[in-house]
Amino acid sequence: MFNEAKEAILCRLQKQYTVMEEMQLLDAVERYLGNEMPAEEREFFEQLRKTNPEVDQLVVEHSMFLQQMDRFSDWKQYKSTLNEVHSHLVDAGSIKDKAPKATIIQLWKKYQRVVAVAASIAGITALSISAIVYYFAPKPVSEIRLLSQELNKVKIIQQRTDQKVDAALKEKSAPYRPPADPKSGGTGFLIDGKGYLVTSAHIVADADSVYIQNIKGDYFKVTALYINKQTDIAVLKIVDNHYQPIKSLPYALQKNIADLGEEVFTMGFPRPSSEIVYNKGYLSAKTGYNGDTTTYQLAISANPGNSGGPIFNHSGEVIGILSGKQTTAEGVVFSSRTKNIFTALHEIKKDSTNEDRIKLLLPSSIKGLDRLQQIKKIEDCMFMVIRY
Amino acid sequence: MKTDPREIALLEGLAKDDRQAIETIYKQHYNMVQALIINNNGSADDARDIFQEAMIVLYEKARSGTFELNCLLKTYIYSVCRRLWLKRLQQQQKFVPEIDGLSETVAVEEELEVHGQRNTEFQMMEKAMQHLGEPCRSLLEAFYIQKRNMLDIAGHFGYTNADNAKNQKYKCLMRLKKLFFAAYKNNTP
Repeated sequence: MFNEAKEAILCRLQKQYTVMEEMQLLDAVERYLGNEMPAEEREFFEQLRKTNPEVDQLVVEHSMFLQQMDRFSDWKQYKSTLNEVHSHLVDAGSIKDKAPKATIIQLWKKYQRVVAVAASIAGITALSISAIVYYFAPKPVSEIRLLSQELNKVKIIQQRTDQKVDAALKEKSAPYRPPADPKSGGTGFLIDGKGYLVTSAHIVADADSVYIQNIKGDYFKVTALYINKQTDIAVLKIVDNHYQPIKSLPYALQKNIADLGEEVFTMGFPRPSSEIVYNKGYLSAKTGYNGDTTTYQLAISANPGNSGGPIFNHSGEVIGILSGKQTTAEGVVFSSRTKNIFTALHEIKKDSTNEDRIKLLLPSSIKGLDRLQQIKKIEDCMFMVIRY
Repeated sequence: MKTDPREIALLEGLAKDDRQAIETIYKQHYNMVQALIINNNGSADDARDIFQEAMIVLYEKARSGTFELNCLLKTYIYSVCRRLWLKRLQQQQKFVPEIDGLSETVAVEEELEVHGQRNTEFQMMEKAMQHLGEPCRSLLEAFYIQKRNMLDIAGHFGYTNADNAKNQKYKCLMRLKKLFFAAYKNNTP
């Protein structure tokens, strides 16, 4: 080995070394650094280091590299230990994945008494003030017009005519069209391709029955799984068996809070026909009417019928659900936040008698596409919601 | 402020790769960090990442022989995580909120700079390893990371003898060095 290494070194000096010799040199360096050389060879090697800067440099470089490898190895092992500890502690219940308000609990423990006193004073004050306000204030006029579509007589008549024309044209080809006249309408969108969709609560509340219509004009009957007028969210389920499930939806639900000024777009059915209408705008305030933190304020043009439509950000994530606009101001539209959908799904899941297992959307697959393509993909998952 | 002897013992444990020490620190401080991250636009996964990175900073500190923190371990971890999270938010070009912590913080910028440098080096190494391909990667991992001996490796990878395995190892090592140093030179000014 000694002689081979020596040869290799000499060859290297003459810049004629081969891969084999280079390997032997490396081996020599490694044995030298690991103190595995016999004394005689070591002496020769050290001599060589002194006389030959190139060998010396290789030794320095390799020792640095080995140190780096050593640290790298420690780092990797430490990281895997950390991961083990993490899952071990989660399993043992010592730490909780998602225990958000820990600091608040600490604070609560600390200031319990102060808070109690303050709260009772505040409570009394608030009660008396609200009593006074209630007594003196004029009866409030709702400034928000919910954007469900009140279909007037003319449209109804027109639809009847349409119906007759359709019937004449198609004869019995549209058996799913409900016979009665609709009361109002809005927009809904799928959150699970199996046939679950989200819309605004005010569209479907107090309905005798609810139907949806896709852009091709097909009708499906739906039932409401969940209605929350507070957050203006309703979750519907398609109960018609001629509905063809969609395997994967193109968009996703956003988990974080949207940012001020973010560009948004929506699609909806403000017309009585199932013609889809696109609009874009921006997030103009992070809270809604009177500082409501469950909603956003948007600057987007919206009309009756747009209610329940999804608000998308540029990467195709749903950030909210359009719910209404302020009648006393121009271009002020409000949308319920996506977070409310999560809450709704959670509520549905909690009800153990419910057999519906709603699987949430994967990451948005239309991220980075241009707007036209995004719309093309979203279109099929949008429905006009019609209340009877 | 003098560091609590119990906390010094924990750091000494870290330096010796004592799992018990890791668990203790984890139990005592993880929930605080998770609350910080989640209350500031982050998720539980982010919290886990950030906390583990802070644990690595602590590990590096302990390994370098410094057990004196000049503040409570809790304050130290909090400050490191806060800094790391702010940086992460900036990288994501998310709106950076004013993180107003309830706990006091200490200056950790310098240490984090050293840590950041080291971290990029590790990432370069990881990348170089990935580019290497099989069987080189497994072979080098077995020798330099799992520190198994050559005879054992030769048996496992099906080489006829230890010398063959060794030759193969050196071939791989030369390639790895080339990849690593190429990245290293590009990254250091």
